[in-house]
Amino acid sequence: MSIPLFYFVAFLSIFFALMVIFAKNPIHSVLYLIITFFTFTIHYVLLNAQFLAIVNFIVYMGAIMVLFLFVLMLLNLNKDTEPMKSNFVKIAGVIAGMCFLVTLVGSVKTLHISEPVLLINPGLGLVKNLGQVLFSKFLLPFEISSILLLSAMVGAVLLAKKEPKNI
Amino acid sequence: MELAFVIEKFILVSLIFAITLGIAAYSTLAERKVAGFLQDRVGPNRAGPAGMLQPLFDGLKMFFKEEIIPNESNKFLFILGPSLALLTACIGSAVIPWGTQLDIAGKTVELQVADINVGILYIFGIVSLGVYGTMIGGWASNNKFSLMGAIRAASQSISYEIAMGLSIIALLMLTGTLSLKEIAMQQDGFWADGWFTWNIFKQPIGFLIFIICAFAECNRTPFDLPECETELVGGFHTEYSGMKLGSFLFSEYINMFVSSAVMSTLYFGGYNFPFMHNLGLSDNLVTILGILALFIKIICFIFLFMWVRWTIPRFRYDQLMNLGWKILIPLAIANIAITGIVITLIEKNAG
Repeated sequence: MSIPLFYFVAFLSIFFALMVIFAKNPIHSVLYLIITFFTFTIHYVLLNAQFLAIVNFIVYMGAIMVLFLFVLMLLNLNKDTEPMKSNFVKIAGVIAGMCFLVTLVGSVKTLHISEPVLLINPGLGLVKNLGQVLFSKFLLPFEISSILLLSAMVGAVLLAKKEPKNI
Repeated sequence: MELAFVIEKFILVSLIFAITLGIAAYSTLAERKVAGFLQDRVGPNRAGPAGMLQPLFDGLKMFFKEEIIPNESNKFLFILGPSLALLTACIGSAVIPWGTQLDIAGKTVELQVADINVGILYIFGIVSLGVYGTMIGGWASNNKFSLMGAIRAASQSISYEIAMGLSIIALLMLTGTLSLKEIAMQQDGFWADGWFTWNIFKQPIGFLIFIICAFAECNRTPFDLPECETELVGGFHTEYSGMKLGSFLFSEYINMFVSSAVMSTLYFGGYNFPFMHNLGLSDNLVTILGILALFIKIICFIFLFMWVRWTIPRFRYDQLMNLGWKILIPLAIANIAITGIVITLIEKNAG
């Protein structure tokens, strides 16, 4: 049951990811991106990674995309205000995209596709196991990444702080 | 996945759905009755005996009103907004344990739709999705006031989600599980080992932060800035009419019901009540009494929501943000630290 389900969800992911690019309206793009993230959540559930699934759900769908939507609504982009792009930019874009595609196809071809790896512990994605691994085996990387996030947060607050008025 | 299982869950889901809608509908009446009581007047009393049919007629009125969709709006998103609001409000109750289990004709029936081991996080996910209905509806109306309301809703919900999450962490350090079923089971009875079992007596600060954030997440006064009619006409639902407006308003009452249920389960012992094992009653009867106890707790919380609404005036926007970021979040972090220290001390003393 799970393999047809996987293909169906994978199809949905790719379909909505493409819709993100093809949608004319930036708000629609963001909404499609939210649906794409939702399909990722389903993928995580299928992989038995419940914690990752729910964190993806809360952080990406519930917080980050709300901020995206927030900024786009404030900017209020639409067809009238969108700057006209000249033909030169379009042609340059097409050429650059083609070059990128060639590189990508070349690199994918040289990839050695390995056999699917069977996890030793299939229940690794459950909260309990994940927490134990994070706080024992991967304690140092975990703490360092938390310090990195904290410093990024302090930096953001510092940037947003009001300048003291100079008289 | 046998048929009996599917039928059992289907009946349970339908029952919970019906009860949710019923309580939400009568909350609209109760809101006006409570307002009347607090303002020393009668409240609605014309439709049916003591106004009991009022929700029915309100619903009918909403359905028969003319639906107006603004010309310049984005039609699809305009309809999607209230639908999403109603949907996200309804799916939150799936992980709440309504009782332990019933023995019906030799078969054990669990009174919880889904016992997933990340129960609380699921609720958080649904809460964080809840703001999309408001945002999409407000933006699609193509109205400056609606947009302001939508933006306020987004920033308010994100700010208070952080404090809510932090207040829960201290509770989770005590319980050691994310599953709502286990949290409810740990609060068995009322008194054990020289202290109350209910989490409210172990996490009073956490509960205070949680309930304030619950008010903010439900867009209830004093935090109903997104629909602040003195500044923004009608806020995010300025352009809505008929049942689409009704869905927005109704989803607020469903959210209130679900968040009351979550608060009862997390902090007030869920379906547990004092002396539940000393009454000498059969298990089934205790379970049914437990369900009743849970609903009484929920109704008390709903009454608290209404009491606060008709007592406290609305916050100013900067006050709202200051409260969220400068008071609640540091308080929640301090609560986590204190809880950690206390747990360590107790464990040291015990062994």
